[in-house]
Amino acid sequence: MNTLSIWLTSAYVRGLIGQIIGTAVGFGFITAIRAVMGLDTSNIEPAVVFGALIGVPGSLLGAGVLTDWIKWIFGKKTPLRHGAPEGKPEWSRYINVDVNHKVIGIQYGFTSVLVLLIGGFFAVLFRIELAAPGMQYLTNDNFNTLFSAHGIIMIASILLGVGAMVNYLVPLMIGASDMAFPRLNAFSYWVGIPAVVLILSGMFVGGWDTGWVGYPPLSLRAPLGVQLFLLGFYINGLSSIAGSINLLVTVTTMRAKGMSLFRMPIFVWAAIAASIIQFTATQTVGMALLMVVTERTIGLNFFNPTTGGNPILYQHLFWFYSHPVVYVFILPGLGVISELLPVFSRKPLFGYKWIALSSLGIAFVGFLVWAHHMFTSGMNDALRIPFMISTMFVAIPTGVKFFSWMATMWEGKLSFETPMLFVLGSISVFLIGGVTGPILGTIPTDMHLHDSYWVVGHFHSTMFGGFVFPFFAAVYYWYPKISGKMYKESLGKLHFWLMTPAFWLMSLGQMRAGLLGMRRRIADYDPALGVETTQVLVTVAALVIGWSVLIMVYNLISSARSQKMAATNPWNSRSPEWQIPYPVPEFNYDAPFEVVGDPYDYGLDGSKYVQTIPMPAVGD
Amino acid sequence: MSAITAHHDDHAHSHEPSFAQQLRSNRLGLWLFFFSELFLFAALLVARFFLWGGARPELSQVLGLIATSVLLLSSFFVYRAESAMAHGDRKTFQSGMLIAAFLGTLFFIGVVFMEWNIFGLQGEIAGIELFGHLKPTDGVFGAVFYAMTGMHALHVLSGIIFLLIVWNNGRKGHFSSEEHWGVEAAALYWHYVDVIWVFFYPALYLIGTAG
Ligand SMILES: [Cu+2]
Repeated sequence: MNTLSIWLTSAYVRGLIGQIIGTAVGFGFITAIRAVMGLDTSNIEPAVVFGALIGVPGSLLGAGVLTDWIKWIFGKKTPLRHGAPEGKPEWSRYINVDVNHKVIGIQYGFTSVLVLLIGGFFAVLFRIELAAPGMQYLTNDNFNTLFSAHGIIMIASILLGVGAMVNYLVPLMIGASDMAFPRLNAFSYWVGIPAVVLILSGMFVGGWDTGWVGYPPLSLRAPLGVQLFLLGFYINGLSSIAGSINLLVTVTTMRAKGMSLFRMPIFVWAAIAASIIQFTATQTVGMALLMVVTERTIGLNFFNPTTGGNPILYQHLFWFYSHPVVYVFILPGLGVISELLPVFSRKPLFGYKWIALSSLGIAFVGFLVWAHHMFTSGMNDALRIPFMISTMFVAIPTGVKFFSWMATMWEGKLSFETPMLFVLGSISVFLIGGVTGPILGTIPTDMHLHDSYWVVGHFHSTMFGGFVFPFFAAVYYWYPKISGKMYKESLGKLHFWLMTPAFWLMSLGQMRAGLLGMRRRIADYDPALGVETTQVLVTVAALVIGWSVLIMVYNLISSARSQKMAATNPWNSRSPEWQIPYPVPEFNYDAPFEVVGDPYDYGLDGSKYVQTIPMPAVGD
Repeated sequence: MSAITAHHDDHAHSHEPSFAQQLRSNRLGLWLFFFSELFLFAALLVARFFLWGGARPELSQVLGLIATSVLLLSSFFVYRAESAMAHGDRKTFQSGMLIAAFLGTLFFIGVVFMEWNIFGLQGEIAGIELFGHLKPTDGVFGAVFYAMTGMHALHVLSGIIFLLIVWNNGRKGHFSSEEHWGVEAAALYWHYVDVIWVFFYPALYLIGTAG
């Protein structure tokens, strides 16, 4: 088989075909029913919604995710399949449905970066438009669709990135052979693909103008594209829920011998905390999204105030998820920071237990603050003060992390390879995001800054500091483990030194524009605001960030082709995944290990974290 | 690029979790799923109290009570079927599963064909109306009522299918008194869907003043 035919028969192509067929079937079915019932068939919206829904199982069937489960229904037992599909080369595992957590983790990672590039491209498009007042080359509608899609596409990318890190790393770190439910793991990844396809296709059927929040009553009146956005968002939630339950079970039941909770690598704690949010709160936003879909499609009246509905309800259900979900993004990111700092400081992680519990603390407090997004919404006034106070409490567990990082670095033997640079960059950027948050969480200042570009600056600092920088740190750090090669340090450093100052400039510029009165989500602005120079600088900075990410992509691809193999443990890490040579065996550890010490005792002579359990010889 | 080395099949088996370990994972996973779904149902309850407050629509109390009793009764038969399987009594297992699926179907019919009245029928027995009047487009009453009963009915429907799959596989002898995770999962799921209704029923039919 040649490469092209392997690609053309891959699960991606089969899934896409399945989605198209499923959509057509669903669309035709509803259109036929409506024709028979004598309803107006020129209103295609119900048929589009049903088609979009049927497209998802179509995609999963086409890709082959459901095959084993369908066999189970008829009482057939199916062993887990390992290795490449029959008669195809090893690399084709990565473009087909595979149950190995490392393959799935890499699939998540590739998809995440691809989706990141798409979402970033959208940002660049409307950022260039904003560089000058007046409309340059976009229409208002195009602008609205682009910034809305940028938001939700980036969220999809981040969730995929979290999935990449969690899937690849956690089973390795706890000494498990795989996730607890390998088929469900594959499902979690593959159901995200039709979700992204839905969101992107929403841009071509009218787009939508609601931002990523989809507030009614605007979303009730938005073009048809909003339906595909809502459904794509909803389907993505299924991926989150299935993936997080899988992770929680894996950590509970599959840890290696001696790996008590407080001896796990710290990243695992972050993954647990993020999963707790994901598997609960995702349900409420899913319900809110479905309510808008049903209100538009079959006339259930939840949110339209002219007929007795209440749009505030949507905001409550939406933010009950959408505040905590930013912790789903940043907790794994902060986990990477805590994981890497001791390695590059050659010192124990300061206050391991505090860091571990602060992750849970952030997750917990995150459930109690959602209405700080609604100070100006017209909700019950009595809710405002309690939510302002609870919001301030977020600073406590977050502060614990900052102080622990400082103390970990204090008098350490620091070295500054690319992963460490990105760790330090994330701390600096997350600090900007952190200190600009309370100003929005405080009612009087929020009254002034709500819906301004200040919010955009704050939010991007938290996302870059909490996720993007640490994610890049993780990509560089674990790259030798995954590919067996070392990335090019010079290009890595170039990436860092382009991206970090550009980011500072971008987010501080956004905040300045906001203070001067620039509204968010607006295609045009009044030159009298005096933000033109700032807008140009922000746009240039955004372009620099975009180019720097492309440098990373080039670095990762070109380094993978190099002939020289990387060292087994290039960072002298104590973590178990670095103790085994490349390539990692199918089931991770051919000989199981046992935990005999604490994970981060760097610099303590003779201390050991893990050691291999000698296996008795087994006759085959 | 190949980050992973393949292994021979016999080697693979030593890495797969034992039945006992997988059972532990399955049980935990199912309970986490239940906990997750609580938030879905809670969101609907929040919508009910947010939009209805102290009011509720005029609904057929008799119909609601009968449907609720039928559903609760089905849980008993699922319980009987599951414990029969644990004792190796296949006959009681099969009849219990079938009766439960039948009662579940009755409940489903009660909701969709009578309470929702999707065919717009009319009729009464002994002065009790058999079919509901509330339409999905009837303001917040219709919206919340259809959303809650609809989401629950979807779970009932999937539960019926689950029970029938397990019944069919049990009939073919796929479970034993020691290894019958499928039966256990279907039974737990059915009880769970029942318990949810125990909270939905008063929220829809009992709490608040009608009209
Ligand atoms: Cu928030």
